[in-house]
Amino acid sequence: MIDKIQGCVNGDKMLIRRGRFVDLAFLLGVGDEDYLVTIEKGRIASIEPRELETITGQFSIRAASEVWQEFWKPMPKRNHHDIWAMLAAGLVELDGDLAPLMQNLQYFKDVLSSPRPKARRR
Amino acid sequence: MPDYEPIVGRYLTIEVAGEACRIHVEEAGDGIPLVCLHTAGSDARQYRHLMCDPAITDHYRVIAFDMPWHGKSNPPVGWRDREYSLTTELYKDTIMAFCRAMELRHPVIMGCSMGGRVVLHLALEQADRFRAVIALEGADRLEPYYELDWLHRPDIHGGEVCAAIVSAQVAPQSPDEYRWETLWSYMQGGPGIFKGDLYFYWYDGHFDDRSPLIDTDKCPVYLLSGEYDSSCTPERTAATASRIAGAKATVMEGIGHFPMSENPALFRTYILPVLDEIRGAG
Repeated sequence: MIDKIQGCVNGDKMLIRRGRFVDLAFLLGVGDEDYLVTIEKGRIASIEPRELETITGQFSIRAASEVWQEFWKPMPKRNHHDIWAMLAAGLVELDGDLAPLMQNLQYFKDVLSSPRPKARRR
Repeated sequence: MPDYEPIVGRYLTIEVAGEACRIHVEEAGDGIPLVCLHTAGSDARQYRHLMCDPAITDHYRVIAFDMPWHGKSNPPVGWRDREYSLTTELYKDTIMAFCRAMELRHPVIMGCSMGGRVVLHLALEQADRFRAVIALEGADRLEPYYELDWLHRPDIHGGEVCAAIVSAQVAPQSPDEYRWETLWSYMQGGPGIFKGDLYFYWYDGHFDDRSPLIDTDKCPVYLLSGEYDSSCTPERTAATASRIAGAKATVMEGIGHFPMSENPALFRTYILPVLDEIRGAG
């Protein structure tokens, strides 16, 4: 799903609008792999595997691979449907300077969940 | 005639802790008074669907008020010179002052989240005053999981961050229309108010040491919690129920922390049997 985030975000005009003041890079950790997500004015400029320890981004959001797999399902089970629910359940780790994350929290939540397929409502 | 909803809103001033508080209250229906308490950082609009449901309002007078500092209720005079922080005593005093002012006799009281916590206090301390208490998302103890300072600082929009945080508490099954309506009220909250409410919900209002003292023969206790609630989880609800002999606990599948506002059609399937049981008990 990592590879789908860029296209999903950049194809969503309202999401880009809501993130128009976001210009930064952050680390997205999926299991043992870290990815540097670079955002320019709300658009995803690139998502690259982290090559060096000195590449940190402004903050990091990390969870186990199986947690993200569940997160990206059309209808995730509880504690996996939102990073703040994952936080309450101890399933995600946040590090670094969280101010820009909190300033744009719904934007970042929507970026992360952007590849989630639409579920049919019950 | 305009096609009005049955809800009528009014204002009254009540005295709480020696201060005059101008309160907004709305209500609909006739019958047993059902006082409804909104969640932290929100207001009484959360209960609008119950007030427009004849299956409820044919038997209950549904009454929801905005706590001081919330919704259309004012903060007390002089609010600018103090930091809002909801203590257990202040919360209980506010509710009891409201019930006295409204001249309610033996109402049912239902609260959600922090409202679900405080009704447990009332079930113990005011058992004779209430016909039953319904705790929606109301565990007797929670553990903090982020610093509350994020909710009120000048470099972060308070309304947007409060809504973005609690959006995790809406179940993914809930209709978008009601998800975003629920979050809208968080976006409209006053500065620092959600944070001040969470002082009660996360720190001051712990009740697990005294919840075993509740006598459910005197005041029946119903606990209803959403499957997707990540603060008052199904586990915390079960733990609370295990400490209150006779409490009836239900986990509402496919619902989060805001059952009455995030998925009213599903919630009514859970709340109607409870209200029928309370009414049947006389």
